[in-house]
Amino acid sequence: MSTTAVSAAAAPAPVTKKAAKPPNPARARLRRRLAQWGFIAPAVIFMALFFGYPLVRNIVMSFQDYSPSTFFTGSSPFNGTDNWSNVFNDELFGKALWHTVLFTVGSLIGQFCIGLGLAVFFSRRFPLNGILRSLILLPWLVPMVVSGVVWRRILDQDTGVLNSFLGMVGLGDTPWLTSPGMALVSVVLVNIWIGIPFNMVILYGGLQEVPKELYEAASLDGASAWRTFRSITLPMLRPVITVVLVLGFMSTVKVLDLILALTDGGPADSTQTLGTLTYQNSFVQLDFGAGAVVGNILILISAVFAVFYLRANRNEGK
Amino acid sequence: MASPVRTPAAPTRSTGRPKRRWGATVFGVVVLCVMLFPLYWMVNTALQPESGLLEVSPFPHSLDLSGFRSAVTDQGRNLLTSLAVALGAVVICLAVSAPAAYGLAQFRLRGTRTIVFSTLITQMVPGIVIANALYSAYVDMGLVNSYAGLMLADASLGIPFAIVLMRSFMVAIPREVIEAAEVDGAGRLRTFVRVVLPMSRNSLITAGLFSFLYAWSDFMFALTLNTTDDVKPITLGIYQYIGAHVGDWGSVMAASVLSAIPAAVLLVLSQKYIAAGITGGSVK
Repeated sequence: MSTTAVSAAAAPAPVTKKAAKPPNPARARLRRRLAQWGFIAPAVIFMALFFGYPLVRNIVMSFQDYSPSTFFTGSSPFNGTDNWSNVFNDELFGKALWHTVLFTVGSLIGQFCIGLGLAVFFSRRFPLNGILRSLILLPWLVPMVVSGVVWRRILDQDTGVLNSFLGMVGLGDTPWLTSPGMALVSVVLVNIWIGIPFNMVILYGGLQEVPKELYEAASLDGASAWRTFRSITLPMLRPVITVVLVLGFMSTVKVLDLILALTDGGPADSTQTLGTLTYQNSFVQLDFGAGAVVGNILILISAVFAVFYLRANRNEGK
Repeated sequence: MASPVRTPAAPTRSTGRPKRRWGATVFGVVVLCVMLFPLYWMVNTALQPESGLLEVSPFPHSLDLSGFRSAVTDQGRNLLTSLAVALGAVVICLAVSAPAAYGLAQFRLRGTRTIVFSTLITQMVPGIVIANALYSAYVDMGLVNSYAGLMLADASLGIPFAIVLMRSFMVAIPREVIEAAEVDGAGRLRTFVRVVLPMSRNSLITAGLFSFLYAWSDFMFALTLNTTDDVKPITLGIYQYIGAHVGDWGSVMAASVLSAIPAAVLLVLSQKYIAAGITGGSVK
């Protein structure tokens, strides 16, 4: 077996009867190609149906008039740019866009800073490090709706544990989820909690790749901990940081579960984002055309960051 | 576990004194407690009776299982639905992505790069946008309110990730091994099943695990692709529960605990796969 393997590797063409049998090498190659594509085809078809089709369909739908009656009559006439102008003229769209920006930026900053802090902390050696580190992953594995529901209980103004705890230091009675001014902050805080484990794991992985000699050299030079962090850790981590931030962005900008479970977009639309607005338009108002418009804008925003991601990824990979 | 034995030999940083290290452990435990507090609170609330309009006490004084009883009565079927849908999604996901990962890793076909590239991009399409278009297609095809429809949609959550993850693993399989099997007379399919799949076991487990978690946690497709109660996974069940039973937090939390159990079990059983999956699938 090993001899055949070696000879096959050295001269792949004339080894077995397979190559000897078919008289027409071009046809044999075609058959081989087809067989090979057979492995890939199911995935390509699946992704075309579940990603390609929706992308195209959304663009078409954004120019169509979908109303609840469409589902009875089956007709959805084209209506030019009506959907687009309706959405842009709706005051709620501007609000949702602004909330999306605040939600995304706030979540990213919080998740990243705490995640990085914990990653650095767990890079030190101390007893039980491994167990503690893997238990911190738990919140990330719980369904997001469930996290949302649990936090909704914790943040309850009158009977939630956070307020009764804060009450002990004289700070209770914050209307976390029920006041329009506070709700978005609360939603961001909960989303930071959800994102910490992911940020921590990836950044921790990145930290392990930093050559130990650099730290030894730094400590020989008498560099302070902060100086070492700024001049060695951060620059060496840069590619990983880019990936973490871009992936964090992609998953934050489309968050739906959490917001629906915590506030349903309320109170007074104060936690409505582009994601929840797409849902509201399509599945609550049954105006799929308007939903498609908001969805397309969401994709456009994601696409800009996808470019960043792919660029970061390419530098990383090859 | 192994660290106390190993540490004396490797004092990488100057803070290696034993007292300081236990200090770090204490800090680590505090961080963990803060991070896991909401989960503790979920269990605690679940074990207390009818706590809706009252403050919940910090510890469950007397174990009250009525929350769990009503959660199982109300949500038991939804848990089974979730299980069926998630397992179905895992099967679809692996069946579609394992051969593709192999093909993209080992065959020198034109277009491979484009496919890998689009796989990365699909991970960035917001789910609600997919649901938006899928809904009307599902209506036309009669897939709304069906197990098959939800399994397929949920499988789409895991497929790009699974392909990327398994491909990065299968690239490392030496070409000689595969050629040797083919020379020995195994067909392409048999080589894949008998040689490639067993060698890629770890990446298959990781991919399967994650597609299970994705499907299990899915809320959006459950919410949008179902208009009746025929196919209702636990995530949707809990969401509707808080709408209808705000007073009965004990049951809501008991249902939440039940829904979180698969994640906890998976974490315990397969720590190393999970860490590998989070880093491998996203950075590579």
